[in-house]
Amino acid sequence: MKEIRWHGRGGQGAKTVSRLLAVALLAEGHYVQAFPEYGPERAGAPVQAYDRIDDKPIRLHCAVTHPDLVVMLDAGLLTEVPVTKGLATDGLLLINSAATASQIGERLHFRGRIITVPGDRLAAAAGTRFANVVLLGAASRVLAEPGLETLVQAARDGMGKLSQAAQEASIRAIRSGYAAIDTQRRVYA
Amino acid sequence: MRELKSSHQLPIGGAVLARSAEPPHTGGWRVGEKPRIQLDSCVNCMLCWIYCPDNAIKIKDEALWGFDYDYCKGCGICQEVCPTGAIKMIAEDLALPPFGRIGGEADAA
Amino acid sequence: MPLKAPKIAPSARMRLLTGAEAAAHAMRQINPDVVSVYPITPQTPIIQTFAKFVADGETDTEIINVESEHSAMSAAVGAAQAGARTMTATASQGLALMIEIVYIAASMRLPIVMAVGNRALSGPINIHCDHADSMLARDSGMVQILTENAQEAYDLMVMAPRLAEHPEVMLPVLVSQDGFTITHSAEPVSLLPDEEVRRFVGDYRIPYPLLAGEVVTQGPFAMPDYYFEIKAQQVRAMRAAAQVFDELSEAYQACSGRRYQAVEGYRLDDADRALILMGSSAGTAKEVVDELRAKGEKVGLAQVRLFRPFPAAALREMLTGVGAVAVLDRALSFGGTAPLFAEVAAGLFGQTVSLSSQVYGLGGRELFPEQIAAVFHDLESTEGLEQPRFIGLRG
Repeated sequence: MKEIRWHGRGGQGAKTVSRLLAVALLAEGHYVQAFPEYGPERAGAPVQAYDRIDDKPIRLHCAVTHPDLVVMLDAGLLTEVPVTKGLATDGLLLINSAATASQIGERLHFRGRIITVPGDRLAAAAGTRFANVVLLGAASRVLAEPGLETLVQAARDGMGKLSQAAQEASIRAIRSGYAAIDTQRRVYA
Repeated sequence: MRELKSSHQLPIGGAVLARSAEPPHTGGWRVGEKPRIQLDSCVNCMLCWIYCPDNAIKIKDEALWGFDYDYCKGCGICQEVCPTGAIKMIAEDLALPPFGRIGGEADAA
Repeated sequence: MPLKAPKIAPSARMRLLTGAEAAAHAMRQINPDVVSVYPITPQTPIIQTFAKFVADGETDTEIINVESEHSAMSAAVGAAQAGARTMTATASQGLALMIEIVYIAASMRLPIVMAVGNRALSGPINIHCDHADSMLARDSGMVQILTENAQEAYDLMVMAPRLAEHPEVMLPVLVSQDGFTITHSAEPVSLLPDEEVRRFVGDYRIPYPLLAGEVVTQGPFAMPDYYFEIKAQQVRAMRAAAQVFDELSEAYQACSGRRYQAVEGYRLDDADRALILMGSSAGTAKEVVDELRAKGEKVGLAQVRLFRPFPAAALREMLTGVGAVAVLDRALSFGGTAPLFAEVAAGLFGQTVSLSSQVYGLGGRELFPEQIAAVFHDLESTEGLEQPRFIGLRG
């Protein structure tokens, strides 16, 4: 089983991307669970969302304590929340930041692997202010699954409420996040 | 005295079906007085019919007919609301024509 | 970090749904005539999703928006009595506010189906899961089903109307799922085709609907000469519900492939230690049982789904030979015995088995696999077992 923890702020779409990832992984034949953590709900408050992925039906119904992958949608939370808590040393921290992986690693005193993706910049270039979709694309590349097109389809199906333009911008952002992992390789280990 | 039913004999949830219910003759609750109507004074305003809590005012051909003493509880509301004084509460043991009708066509008939 | 491919892939029919959405889909497919509701966390997404189906014209249901749960249940009583298949949904304080009318619905034998997202009762005010709300309704006369996951929340909701409306049952049925843990957690769920559900559920029939011509007084006053007999009818109806639940489970298996027992034994054969619990933590506990079994430990569990009527006989049978049993309650009874433990103790009266009462998860406190494993290890010795324990309490 693989477990993922998403950190973001209320309104940044951590819950949305945790669910889109699960939809795409289910479509590719994996057993999944996607759930947010609920506390006081307000825009801007730190929030967490989780995914579980397994090769057999998932019966666990407790919090994720030892994620294999932590995805940070907002680097501003680095000092506010225990980002690396429970993250195994062979785990991976994927973070929306223009900084280098080594800069982040030093700040966090974290010895595991870190990949930075300049999510805000890539999102803006794609025409959206939401970096969550960039990080979603990057996460799927890191996991090697789901395939980009499956993810794009899940996003299309799941974003029916958005305008056509907003959907297209989000999908461009997913693609650029996916591509960023290949092109940047800013891995700190 | 009616026989009490077992839980098996009762309709589900204790529902009371009109077809099998014993009529609850509330007329037996009257204490001391019963209403009568002086038909000559009645203007058929139907206020008594509106206010009667037990549906004991009988109507015939769109006109007040009289009282159903099987159900009249003797509350006297009809007397209170009657604008012409046609309805009066009288002693229970006084003899009355059927439905408590006095005067008018009742006497003529 | 590549993922492993599953041995048996999830069915292509599966959709990713939260428990709340799954319950709402069941309601859509059942297509009740009336749903009277008042929103409350964590029930809200059930009714929000369902309201969308109604607004989109996917059901002909009339939603009655009311100003409180007391009114929601009251409107449900009126609608069900009139002759409409009626559902409602609530949680926590909402169920507490409904309770007065729930007793009345049960006594009037109205087959109202209620979806509940289990949530702790105030105070302190809390939005997360425990089973205090369901347990508050314990003696109300509702059939009570506690489900483990989103799939069960869907399946048992589909089964609920037929159970409620069975001529020998005619009782309100509560189908609950753990608040947030299931209501807000998305999992793969397999839905039956709409027409299959409609066929399974069938038409709504009650003996004396107010709108069907028979002149009837419903919910009459009953004095000492009749009150007890009406209660005896409810006792019989509950007894019938146990039998009907088993029959329905079989019928449901025939169309879904999934079978739900009132109490499910999990790896109890030859077990010397067992847990009994309800709700989503049963899933976590099954994982622990598998882990410990892999290490050669003879452990198992019994998952209670039908809390009312309580399947005491089945439980007694499946626990024969088990030496020590821990009952995990997600609710308290202050100054008394936790509710599930009380049922189990009464059901196992006279059996030679060590029983331990352990309370967990109040107000959404997590129950982790390590803690469940620790309970199994507690059961290795009978020392001090008679003292109730609290799992995960800081002391």
